[in-house]
Amino acid sequence: MRARLVGWLLPALVGLLALGAWEAAIRFLDVPPYIVPAPSRIARALVQDWPILGPALVFTLKIAALSLLAAVAGGGALALLFARSPLIERSLFPYAIILQVTPVVSVAPLIIIWVDNTTAALLICAWIVAFFPILSNTTLGLASADRNLSELFRLYGASRWQTLRYLRLPSALPYFLAGVRISGGLALIGAVVAEFVAGAGGRESGLAYRILEAGYRLDIPRMFAALALISVAGVAIYALLAGLSHLLLRHWHDSALAREE
Amino acid sequence: MAKRFANGTLALTGLDLDVRPGEFLSLLGPSGCGKSTALRLIAGLAAPSDGRVRWDGHDRPPRPGDIGFVFQEPTLMPWARVLANVTLPLRLGHTPRGEALDRAREALALVGLAGFERAFPRELSGGMRMRVSIARALVMRPRLLLMDEPFAALDEITRLKLNDDLLAVWAERGLAIVFVTHSVYESVYLSSRVAIMAARPGRIVEDRALAAAYPRSAAFRHGAAYGAQCAEISAALGRAMAA
Repeated sequence: MRARLVGWLLPALVGLLALGAWEAAIRFLDVPPYIVPAPSRIARALVQDWPILGPALVFTLKIAALSLLAAVAGGGALALLFARSPLIERSLFPYAIILQVTPVVSVAPLIIIWVDNTTAALLICAWIVAFFPILSNTTLGLASADRNLSELFRLYGASRWQTLRYLRLPSALPYFLAGVRISGGLALIGAVVAEFVAGAGGRESGLAYRILEAGYRLDIPRMFAALALISVAGVAIYALLAGLSHLLLRHWHDSALAREE
Repeated sequence: MAKRFANGTLALTGLDLDVRPGEFLSLLGPSGCGKSTALRLIAGLAAPSDGRVRWDGHDRPPRPGDIGFVFQEPTLMPWARVLANVTLPLRLGHTPRGEALDRAREALALVGLAGFERAFPRELSGGMRMRVSIARALVMRPRLLLMDEPFAALDEITRLKLNDDLLAVWAERGLAIVFVTHSVYESVYLSSRVAIMAARPGRIVEDRALAAAYPRSAAFRHGAAYGAQCAEISAALGRAMAA
């Protein structure tokens, strides 16, 4: 109880104090809102511009969620393939690393040129950023089954499929979930960065485009409001995935036990 | 048999061991004498560099389930409940679900864990986890049970209790047990036969039958015959280590 209080209350208090100091400083020093807006001004922008920012938030979240799903599917499937054949792993893994270390900002323009549909281009960019942690973590997890347990499976004549189903997949689950948690944040970053590069507006546009647009109009409060929404979305995605991970591991994995006791 | 590891170490040499049905054989020796390696060779988990393992006088390997193995650690699947851990060998052998559950419950009752079917391993004490591990090894009704220092990590009170319970299980099931240990007292209390091993290279130096009658209990543990036998085996072990 005490730990929970400290865990929530202290950061909240720090946040409130910082916002209060910010507000006071802006008023006291009389800083104009087109340079740095006060928190109250940002909150007002958030409410007033909601008809614009709300749909943008939904769009960005949609890109992040879809690319995360695709990353889970692609990263998971590739990890299984790697587990099946070390030869395939050794041939393909370097390319997965190349894809990972190449900054998405530098690849995005190409993808946007090649792919007509902007939404699809954004999805591809976000996927590239998001899939690697899932791939590398799941690959590691599938190879981390307890050695004695593996021998026990051999002793009882387990088939490859049985070993995968009853031993390697459950062993990999904590690693996979840690990968998904990292990828959740990266999918959002990928979605935002790609949209900055694309710079496309139109019927459907996300928070990044709204930030660009507000910047052109020197509508600084709206820029801050969109920024705040991105941060909140990132935190929410992380919390959601951490909760999912806790739910799946709560009975047995050490990472989930520490929190209960 | 002999076993040489890939790095050139000669782990075992001239191992000639005949395990008879229904006997309780201890492999006793200092660490590094190859007792665990011998167990792995018998189980078929490692292949001998020289020689072979014969089963019922044939070169055929035993069927899965003829041999049960208990590791030094309980080696349970942490994500699965006790019952699922114990049914694992049966599921791997495609035993129908109903029968598998019945046999797992029976094995759990045999090791004194009836009522803990729904627990997760982490909710159990070290001794109870080891009991689950033994139940899992027994669930296939093996004819040979291989145990690799199974009680070495447990406290003494738990270990003595498990020794007694293991003897009871052995008497009821009538299987053969090969028990690896580095404790003279444990081997004398449990075994009908002790093979004393020496290290560098691993080999058997003495093979002795222990005459004391079963069932053995606390009275045996406190008796003079037990003490004398322990002294004798200790002296033999001392010679083995000096050799």
